[in-house]
Amino acid sequence: MIGILAANAAAPTTVGEPILNISIFGAFVAITLVIVLRASRNNKTAADYYAAGRSFTGPQNGTAIAGDYLSAASFLGICGAIAVNGYDGFLYSIGFLVAWLVALLLVAELMRNTGKFTMADVLSFRLAQRPVRVAAATTTLAVCFFYLLAQMAGAGGLVSLLLGINDRVGQSIVVAVVGALMILYVLVGGMKGTTWVQIIKAALLIAGAFVMTIWVLALNGFNLSELLGAAAAANGEAVLSPGLQYGISDITKLDFVSLALALVLGTAGLPHVLMRFYTVPTAREARRSVVWAIWLIGLFYLFTLVLGYGASALIGKETILAAPGAVNSAAPLLAFELGGPILLGIISAVAFATILAVVAGLTITAATSFAHDVYASVIKRGEPKAGSEVRVARITVVVIGIIAIIGGIGVQGQNVAFLVALAFAVAASANLPTILYSLFWKRFTTRGALWSMYGGLGSAVILIAFSPVVSGTETSMIQGVDFHWFPLSNPGIISIPLGFLLGFLGTITSSIKENPAIAAEMEVRSLTGHGAEGATPH
Amino acid sequence: MSVGARDPGTAHNTTDFETVERSDEFRTLKRRHRSFVFPLAVGFLVWYFTYVLLADYAHDFMATKAIGNVTVGILFGLGQFVTTFAITTLYVWYANRKLDPLADKIRGDLEEASR
Repeated sequence: MIGILAANAAAPTTVGEPILNISIFGAFVAITLVIVLRASRNNKTAADYYAAGRSFTGPQNGTAIAGDYLSAASFLGICGAIAVNGYDGFLYSIGFLVAWLVALLLVAELMRNTGKFTMADVLSFRLAQRPVRVAAATTTLAVCFFYLLAQMAGAGGLVSLLLGINDRVGQSIVVAVVGALMILYVLVGGMKGTTWVQIIKAALLIAGAFVMTIWVLALNGFNLSELLGAAAAANGEAVLSPGLQYGISDITKLDFVSLALALVLGTAGLPHVLMRFYTVPTAREARRSVVWAIWLIGLFYLFTLVLGYGASALIGKETILAAPGAVNSAAPLLAFELGGPILLGIISAVAFATILAVVAGLTITAATSFAHDVYASVIKRGEPKAGSEVRVARITVVVIGIIAIIGGIGVQGQNVAFLVALAFAVAASANLPTILYSLFWKRFTTRGALWSMYGGLGSAVILIAFSPVVSGTETSMIQGVDFHWFPLSNPGIISIPLGFLLGFLGTITSSIKENPAIAAEMEVRSLTGHGAEGATPH
Repeated sequence: MSVGARDPGTAHNTTDFETVERSDEFRTLKRRHRSFVFPLAVGFLVWYFTYVLLADYAHDFMATKAIGNVTVGILFGLGQFVTTFAITTLYVWYANRKLDPLADKIRGDLEEASR
């Protein structure tokens, strides 16, 4: 995802009116806060706090999943990538969408039936509790952390364009405000409040993108060919075919295969996506959620195709790249071009709300994983004092929020794209093999799970650390030194097969066989939903 | 491994799941599920990577204009959207008809027995 979220505070110019942008964003915060407060009155038990009492319907949860998934990388990033790199930007959205079929066909319902709150519930169902939970919590926290940093850093890049804040101190203050708001939402609202924020945000984002799409199409006689022709006329024929970004050399081509692999296999291993399946009462509702999410996300990516080429045709590559926020500014600039300061204000507020909602979803996932998997199940050996688990979760929210603020300030102005790619690569390498093995392979053992999770996590992180993303090129995170030896910027092509291989090797070399009775129980439950927790009555 | 530490679920350990697992009904359910989702999953992954490799290594073919300014590459890309929506719809149709009734029956029997 190189270049997509590269935060770039360039020339001190701004478009639109910062005051208007801030007021619209303020209105969003005020309305969602009221809803969060109302939604949180029933937060009593762990099931309420972590899983919203399992009371959401499939369509509601599907909308929230779309809200969780369509992050700033999807909206600003893909629009910008298509506007600047043409067709190669489109490839991202396809990977992000097709990935949902893995979740739909292989993971969502079976996870809902066997788990309770977290991914580790499923992975440790028939394996040794403590080591597997600790490993699953480690990979969960790692994925959430990288994803979180990317979102926080993206927020800083956005404000330079939207609010006219260009200096480092001002951006840091904005990051701190975003972090503080997020802590408040999650602390007060728990999963229910977070879900409502995501539902509202998804509706606003999709509606906003829809209006702009119709607008762009109307300007081109509702003819896709005409729009593409205009984009090609403004920026050259190359925008209509693949290769502008990834066709440069054999290495970049291989890098693209690696990225494609991480994108398509990463989604079904993202802990904040998996956790959303527990907010519905049954597996059937989990299925409906994914179906809704696929339709909403798919339609949204079709909109971004039009918006990206629209920005390319109406604004032009050079102007976009010269604007503060660079490639990320394509969608806001297009909004300004179409509807003036008002539409820009609305789209900006939506983009900001997007970051806030995604960050809240990640935070509650990380906090749940720590409180439920590490504190309650490992430290307290499954018998925490009444109420203490949720209290630990709330404390964790504050700690994670503070870490995210500090980290977000630390990565301001740097190339943050690698964090999102790393999150997907880690999810696909460390989580997905173990998830699939434990759901479909009866012989799978604790050793296989541990090898796969730690091996996938470790290899993904190490390969990124020694990739050109971190050192050795002009766009690297660390300038002035070159310690890279891995040529690709995405580790997926190595670390994902390695994760699967280690899970297999760990299992066939295990001398200890797992309990077949529990394996049978897991299989029966996963397919029938027997014993799965339903909605909490209120 | 202590069974008590395993927390998902409410009514467990009284049922002999290995017997259930070996029952004809459950084996039918499992076969129906796997014989549908596995080929479909392999199918869409092959189709996705065909597309990725074409976009990556068959540049001239993908750059050919098919309809007006719409290139073959864009048609292939839109084709991925169409197949994703189609597979989603197909799976829901299949699950509602072939998987849910049987899963409900087995679950009903299990809950009956553990009461």
